[in-house]
Amino acid sequence: MKDSHYDVAIIGAGMSGLAAGIRLAHFGQKVCIFERHNAPGGLNSFYSMAGRKYDVGLHAMTNYVAPGVKGTPLVKLLRQLRIEREEFALCPQKQSRIAFGPRGETTLKFTNDFAVLDAEVAAKFPAQAAGWRRLVALVRTYDDVSLDAKPLSAREVVAQHISNPLLADMIFCPVMYYGSAQERDMEFGQFVIMFKALFLEGFARPLEGVRVIIRVLLDKFRSAGGERRMKCGVQRITEEQGRAARLVLDDGSEVTAKHVISSVGYPETMRLCGPVHTAEADANTGALSFIETISVFNRQPAEWGWGDDTIIFFNDSDRFEYAQAREQVDTRSGVICLPNNFDFGSDRLPEGIFRVTCLASYERWAHLPEEQYQADKQQWFEAAVRSARRFLPGVDDTVLAAAQVATDMFTPRTIKKFTGHLNGAIYGAPRKIRNGRTHLQNLYLCGTDQGFLGIVGAMLSGISMANYHVLQSSTRG
Amino acid sequence: MTKDDCKKLVIDIISDIAPDEDLSAIKPEIRLRDQLQLDSMDFLDIVMELRKRHGIEVPEADYSHLASLESCAEYLTPKFAAKA
Repeated sequence: MKDSHYDVAIIGAGMSGLAAGIRLAHFGQKVCIFERHNAPGGLNSFYSMAGRKYDVGLHAMTNYVAPGVKGTPLVKLLRQLRIEREEFALCPQKQSRIAFGPRGETTLKFTNDFAVLDAEVAAKFPAQAAGWRRLVALVRTYDDVSLDAKPLSAREVVAQHISNPLLADMIFCPVMYYGSAQERDMEFGQFVIMFKALFLEGFARPLEGVRVIIRVLLDKFRSAGGERRMKCGVQRITEEQGRAARLVLDDGSEVTAKHVISSVGYPETMRLCGPVHTAEADANTGALSFIETISVFNRQPAEWGWGDDTIIFFNDSDRFEYAQAREQVDTRSGVICLPNNFDFGSDRLPEGIFRVTCLASYERWAHLPEEQYQADKQQWFEAAVRSARRFLPGVDDTVLAAAQVATDMFTPRTIKKFTGHLNGAIYGAPRKIRNGRTHLQNLYLCGTDQGFLGIVGAMLSGISMANYHVLQSSTRG
Repeated sequence: MTKDDCKKLVIDIISDIAPDEDLSAIKPEIRLRDQLQLDSMDFLDIVMELRKRHGIEVPEADYSHLASLESCAEYLTPKFAAKA
């Protein structure tokens, strides 16, 4: 007979749920994480196919700072979870690039040293340099983790400092692609979080990818005494007298908990509640979804002159439009990830990997019959790859085809299936709930819809919500 | 328990929650925040570790007593004595 009462029940074993669980278990709370799938990690996970290991979600861990740099999200997270830096085995990026124009005519290079981007902006947009520096100064001092800040439009704030639309779009492109749940604009606090995470801090990843990070989190959670039930989702949160009184699990059994932390998203959580809060859910459901192609080669990308850039954010049009795709996939802009191009020291990935991410329409993928779905996947795989290759040194089609040993692709439908996110909206609801509160006094949100973005942000979200709603409140008189 | 013992216990806790800080030259009368890179999350951890390791409760209204090592010792020593 399994236990049926907990101090804290956490819904979802992604980065935020695991981080919350570690904090709570470490301080003696009886905590259980309920996860519908058999694999942990949520939006950032991994799988094997035909003997090959793949990552999903994570291109790069953002918020990377070199050892010795203090006070940043990565350092806070390591301290709070009692993780030693070496356990994540992070390898920094080489360099990344923002490439705009039909063939990437205007580029801004950036690395984990902010001075590189700063010099690029000053050299390529000299008339904007003063405004750019004012914006950077504002970002550095803005309180982006305030749990009750007034929402501001990032487009409006940035426009006060940068008048050149090309430069503004080039700054917004990476920041939006790596975390914005809102079309065309984002809340300024979210912009600040992402700007710091990408530009003022930087990119890194473990040689073996996201599985290393998840493994560390699982080990910490287990050794702190946390319990985890996999393939055991929560199908309903039963409300009584303004509280989450019981959780009904997928197998029909029930558990109770003093506190419930949900990492599954705001509208998804509202739809779990019984009675269902449809209106609230519908008013704050995300619309932005993506496809990602993965090509595996038996050659290293460096052989084709693709050996420098770790991540490339591209856009071929006059303006960058971050919005729900009108066709199945919007190939005008996207993100290229070449995981081989992290600085792995004397190691290297055994095969070449080339990933392309583009905006996509959930509606146009969701209801296709299987045969059509497979055919469309093939067609859009090729379109996305073709679009992305315009921003890399040219390689003959036959050379690439001969080197290609495997491919895979996810669509908005895959995202919905594996994460439960409505509309396949990776970054969740457009309006974030920073203090994590819901209409039920003992039900809180963490993760994507709390609004600390990126995987370091997701972990900090779990930590903050566990601290604020459970640990700190236990010391209130 | 003397006040010096108490300071040592607090330093033990800080060295576990902030292993990247140099604790060898902390001045007891100066605010910890002014000598070390500690934020409110770290202070919450000091409170939680005191409870976990020593059964000492620090209510939220009293967090300010943990500002410096000296004030920690002043505030916590009687609590340790009451437990003994």
